[in-house]
Amino acid sequence: MTRLRGPVDLLRWAANPTGTVFVLLAVIFAWIFVLNDAFFAGPSFMAFLKQAAPLMVLAAGQYFVIVSGNFDLSVGALVGAQVVIAARLIDGEESRTVPVLLVMVGFGLLVGLVNGLITTVLKVQSFITTLGMLLVLFGAIRLWTGGAPTGGLSESFRTAGRMGIEGVPVLGQIPWAVIIMVAVGAGAILLMRTGFGRILMASGDNERAAGLAGARVDAARIAAFLLSGLSATIAGILIGGYAGVSAQVGDGLEFTVITAVVLGGVVLGGGRGSVLAAMAGALAIEALFSLFNQMALPATLRPTVQGAIIIAAVAYAARRRARPGSTAPHVSATANPS
Amino acid sequence: MTAPPVLDARGIDKAFLGVPVLSSVDLRIEQGEVHALVGENGAGKSTLMKILAGVHTADAGTIELGGRAVSFTHPLQAQRAGVATVFQEFNLLPELTVAENVHLGREPRRRGRIDRRAMAAATADLLADLGVDDLAPAAKVGSLSVAHQQITEIAKALSQGADLICMDEPTAALADAEVALLYRLVERLREKGVAVLYVSHRLREIFDLCDRITVLKDGRLVQCVDTADITPDDLVTAMVGRRIEAAFPERLPGTETGDVRLKVTGGGNARIDGVDLEVRAGEIVGLAGLQGSGRTEIAEAVFGIRPFTRGTVAVDGDVRRITSPRKAIKAGLALVTEDRKAEGLALNQSVRANARMVLDANAHLRSRRRLDRIPQILSGLDLVSRGDDQEVRYLSGGNQQKVVVAKWLAAEPGVIVLDEPTRGIDVGAKHRLYTQIRALAAEGLAVLLIASELIEVIGLADRIVVLHEGRIAGELPGGATEQEVMAYATGRRSTEDPA
Repeated sequence: MTRLRGPVDLLRWAANPTGTVFVLLAVIFAWIFVLNDAFFAGPSFMAFLKQAAPLMVLAAGQYFVIVSGNFDLSVGALVGAQVVIAARLIDGEESRTVPVLLVMVGFGLLVGLVNGLITTVLKVQSFITTLGMLLVLFGAIRLWTGGAPTGGLSESFRTAGRMGIEGVPVLGQIPWAVIIMVAVGAGAILLMRTGFGRILMASGDNERAAGLAGARVDAARIAAFLLSGLSATIAGILIGGYAGVSAQVGDGLEFTVITAVVLGGVVLGGGRGSVLAAMAGALAIEALFSLFNQMALPATLRPTVQGAIIIAAVAYAARRRARPGSTAPHVSATANPS
Repeated sequence: MTAPPVLDARGIDKAFLGVPVLSSVDLRIEQGEVHALVGENGAGKSTLMKILAGVHTADAGTIELGGRAVSFTHPLQAQRAGVATVFQEFNLLPELTVAENVHLGREPRRRGRIDRRAMAAATADLLADLGVDDLAPAAKVGSLSVAHQQITEIAKALSQGADLICMDEPTAALADAEVALLYRLVERLREKGVAVLYVSHRLREIFDLCDRITVLKDGRLVQCVDTADITPDDLVTAMVGRRIEAAFPERLPGTETGDVRLKVTGGGNARIDGVDLEVRAGEIVGLAGLQGSGRTEIAEAVFGIRPFTRGTVAVDGDVRRITSPRKAIKAGLALVTEDRKAEGLALNQSVRANARMVLDANAHLRSRRRLDRIPQILSGLDLVSRGDDQEVRYLSGGNQQKVVVAKWLAAEPGVIVLDEPTRGIDVGAKHRLYTQIRALAAEGLAVLLIASELIEVIGLADRIVVLHEGRIAGELPGGATEQEVMAYATGRRSTEDPA
């Protein structure tokens, strides 16, 4: 992100797709404030953040995949699978919590690895790979559980999603979910500043140039899928803790998170956007849904709004990039030595 | 009164983005004539041909076909007016048969349905008329050899009633035996009164086949002569012409030619063969050759993009198996590619991100010291930008190229391969880059320079290796004349010839 040097730069920043999301977020918050200023009281705002945390964590994971030039549609199903796996394996036993958490991390990484290998080694478009993975997970979980999730989560498992540091002045409770989300965000920002992060970005921008510079483009992309699988695991732990076990956990989350990332100005196809903006996009989506609640609009409106946002955000970004003189013709990413 | 010429183009001008590519070029082709169009790379041959094919529209000038003034804005108009073009990339549908391709869009019909029998019969007649007896009208085009696909293109042109067939480097992809077939085909066309515009680099074919020759140079008509009135050597001189010597920086004082840093022995793959090449520390070796002669292919093989399948590559005395760019970088090589936008830069990333890309991508190269040197390297190249965080897509071509060069210098390579480093950059930036190349040699790098502008190779290289059809045709000292280089490049001379 460019450093700001004056009001003109500020305006320019606000108009670029990365800056726009922060402006949008401010507008939504202002609107909520007008309707209900109590929303911003410490405890209620913390509760809102707690609810938004899983989507923000998922947005960070999805960001890595999108910025490297792919998609991960399997995250919603993976979140659902993780919650169901946790309930079934823990089955209410406190002592099983930690081993099961390790199993979940392993499973999340495995799904990411499979997605990554199929996409890079077999050269299946990630859209198809992860759509397939979504269906495989969805079906396998239902087969395994016979349709309804069984077992139960332990109290300590649910701590991360439900509890927090109590008795904090003004805020009341600082939820663990918020702390985890902030840690994930900070980690993601730092990771994007490393050589790995820069190569990931360059691979999404021009994989041929990155490859000729000696980058292991495929390895970087597989790593992005691993990070996405890991973020879905964390999100699953938070959602399971917060909302408990049901067969519908995670349904449709992949679309919400892609909407969020796109709203954050991250360009589909890769090479552009910041992880902070992607997470802000997730926060903006959650804020928008809260606004709908405040306005007493039906929750069934959400998918329609999400659809409209994803089209509008991509169209907006495309228009800005297509302005004469602002950009060189997009370089095809299919230039392969053959 | 004699028949009007098949083609009479006069005063053709064409510029791209303000850069003139053709300036008042005339081209006149008589009925049944085989007419050669020759010139160096960038002389404007392709542009002229594309204007005749309706792909480009001339900015000025007139074109008459058979005495009728025409103006094309679309390839279909040229086709209908009787001008057919056989490009190097054929315009055929691989899943259809020869007959279907020949009649594409004009299929004979009976009661509203395509009459396949009539179509096959018409195609068979056409092929028989051309003297081709080993091509079945029902064969699927995708399964044919290049030569047979070319015949299909020519048959298609004839069935469209072409009076003039333009052929762009028609023998480039043909084996020797197939060239003979093409010769027969061209003779047959001449007998039928169909004119041929034959664009080729290969002097032998031109002298074997063509009645007259039009020579272009730097977008201008040099001359149009009867083949009988010119010798191959004079033709080469006409193509190269006399040019004002551009000022190239001298070899820097203190530049010493040291040990061999890059040595290729017997290198070859599907596109090149028998490559023996040596570049010493402090030396600039130029690779010259016409388009398709294997210059870029050698660069790509050395750098592991399309590796050598035969022979060995040694860097600083150690034999290396370079099978990927990553391994090439590990061996201390760098490659500034020909197409900086497609291959050199991540355009949406900042100057800084691009300049450190090689270091970021190769952990063994990443060190604080190398990273800290990047600003120095950039300013040493006189990069003009709004700052290191400016996205490179906003930079001019010359400045973009400086970022590409900086990216490689940051890795402190021992051998740098420069493939068309000055393509599309302005004169001032070119000169700056020449000086930089000299400076690299002075620092002890081995430089392998590829340029289609002969003058660049001649002006900069200490030695010039000339390629012809994927092989090294000869080697010349720096400062050789363009005629000498072209003699090797066009296959007029080779080291196997008695001197």
